[in-house]
Amino acid sequence: MSILIDKQTKLICQGFTGKQGTFHSEQALAYGTQLVSGVTPGRGGQTHLGLPVFNTVEQAVKQTGATASMIYVPPFYAADAILEAVDAGIELIICITEGIPVLQMLRVKAAMAGTDALLVGPNCPGVITPGECKIGIMPGNIHLPGSVGVVSRSGTLTYEAVHQTTHEGLGQSTCVGIGGDPIHGMTFIDVLTRFQADEQTKGIIMVGEIGGTEEEEAADYIKEYVTKPVVSYIAGRTAPPGKRMGHAGAIITGGKGTAEGKVKALKSAGAEVVDTPTLLGVAMKAAL
Amino acid sequence: MNIHEYQAKQLFKVFGISAPQGKTVTTADDAVKSTQDIPGNAWVVKAQVHAGGRGKVGGVKLAKNTDEVRQYASDMLGSRLVTKQTGSEGLPIESILIEKTYPIKREFYLSLLVDRASERVMFVSSTEGGMDIEAVADKTPEKIVTLLIDPAAGLQPYQCRKVAFDWSLQGAQIRALEKIMQGMYHLLLEKDASQIEINPLVETDEGELIALDAKINFDDNAVALHPDILEYRDQSQEDEKENKAQEFDLNYITLDGSIGCMVNGAGLAMATMDLVKLKGGSPANFLDVGGGTTPEKVCEAFKLILSDDHVKAVLVNIFGGIVKCDVIAQGILTAVDEIHVQVPVVVRLEGTNAEQGRALLNDSDFGVIAADNLASAAEQVVILANKEGMGA
Repeated sequence: MSILIDKQTKLICQGFTGKQGTFHSEQALAYGTQLVSGVTPGRGGQTHLGLPVFNTVEQAVKQTGATASMIYVPPFYAADAILEAVDAGIELIICITEGIPVLQMLRVKAAMAGTDALLVGPNCPGVITPGECKIGIMPGNIHLPGSVGVVSRSGTLTYEAVHQTTHEGLGQSTCVGIGGDPIHGMTFIDVLTRFQADEQTKGIIMVGEIGGTEEEEAADYIKEYVTKPVVSYIAGRTAPPGKRMGHAGAIITGGKGTAEGKVKALKSAGAEVVDTPTLLGVAMKAAL
Repeated sequence: MNIHEYQAKQLFKVFGISAPQGKTVTTADDAVKSTQDIPGNAWVVKAQVHAGGRGKVGGVKLAKNTDEVRQYASDMLGSRLVTKQTGSEGLPIESILIEKTYPIKREFYLSLLVDRASERVMFVSSTEGGMDIEAVADKTPEKIVTLLIDPAAGLQPYQCRKVAFDWSLQGAQIRALEKIMQGMYHLLLEKDASQIEINPLVETDEGELIALDAKINFDDNAVALHPDILEYRDQSQEDEKENKAQEFDLNYITLDGSIGCMVNGAGLAMATMDLVKLKGGSPANFLDVGGGTTPEKVCEAFKLILSDDHVKAVLVNIFGGIVKCDVIAQGILTAVDEIHVQVPVVVRLEGTNAEQGRALLNDSDFGVIAADNLASAAEQVVILANKEGMGA
């Protein structure tokens, strides 16, 4: 087993014929992902990468039975794309796009309340179940099917964790990049819940960073419900307050969202917090 | 994106929020002249910089006659203001705001922002205006009242009345506060502001409610949708290198250490800074060249890092995924050659084709050090930076 996606997952791509959509669709197909079609408004009826293109997500779902969508449309069109996928009954929406205005995401989240759709991202690397299904911009070749669940707010730090757990021979069950934006879809807790319930996952790596309070909330959850070993790293101990460190959500404001607070919360919840990301793999190996 | 107080007050006017009568000037002569149009015998002279904490360091002065207006104006204009929010170099004062003074009865705090935890637009109000609101929240959290707004329903009159009654406002003041709050709410939504802060919002002896100060931040992801807001941008208030970085789609933040950092990905960039610090060094910058970086970007990033004289050594940390490490290594060598990099460069490459990338660097004549792993790269760069620092 794994979480969220596997080799049965039927996927469409929104923004299919664009440069990013095309490149990462090719990569997904090469990895063996069941990408079944794409959506680009106005190009319905055409064929791209050997797959049918539809004008709307609704048509794509009706014709192909897809249940997941990956979104590569530009930032000012991404909120619309997410809501179109929700409306068409897509169960899992993975939005890679970076730079969506925060008020647009606020409206998207409000509109999604009461629906069953799951959103991952935006501003994230995506989700991968090694050897089965790759949805996103992560390099497939560094992954290995295995037992560690990885959840992270950062793309390249996820790759570090993956690379190390592959090197240690542990491999990964599923890796989920929840994204670096202040308002986003699935949270650490949403993913932790699924890892805890997943038989294949034996240990969890959680990579957080400064800003917000999600790591603290995850710590409370871990204390209460997670029985599997958790190894964690928090980036941004040296980040100055009030400065946005690359990710829109990585900012310390009003003394809140510091790395120290998050490390402390996770430690008191029983997670092992490493001082540098280079220790994630060995620490996980030792914990298992 | 930040704007000046006087610009924020121009927007307030458009959205029906009352602010003091005033004029923005750039010379002492114009400052004195402006007092003819602003009633009263005393005026407030306010330095226009993108930072709070101005009052404590002489950036806000009460002038009791026109001679004092001239004096304060000439003191401020052309100088730099250092507040606790600016860093040691401060920000240039290129314009000042001259405003009418009011007899003040009470001072309140009112702000509106996007709250990430609740995923709602939220008002924050307090009867303790005119002070550092973070200190108020720290010492007397019960004096901070928050109010969440449902995005579908919008701001309701009862929510405004709640604040008004909290503040013991009466009669026409209740309507006046509602007008201010609705104005703030519409301004935030229509212009994609991420925060609007009025501190203080004052009640005058006549019972008027006036926004004495005004601070607005805009969502960087949305400003491109608002050409009118982009017009307000003042690059003199921003870091030159950070602006230069934007042109090349690089994420750069100036820090005050001696080790230049070049990393792909924001999380890994922060982690690299943390590691440099852990090994006893001090990062000169945060620099994210992007998840899928290119040799061209690496070259621009080098130029940017080396434009900082404090940099004694450079640490490059790239996790090559879709972009292969040998391609990045070639980019590093081209950059080092082209711009004649004089300081030591330590490179850590990991991921796809890392071996080939390291071999390329080791076989080159530029003295670039290819480290085996991130921990050793950080150790080496700290030692080299300290050596260079002592030699200088």
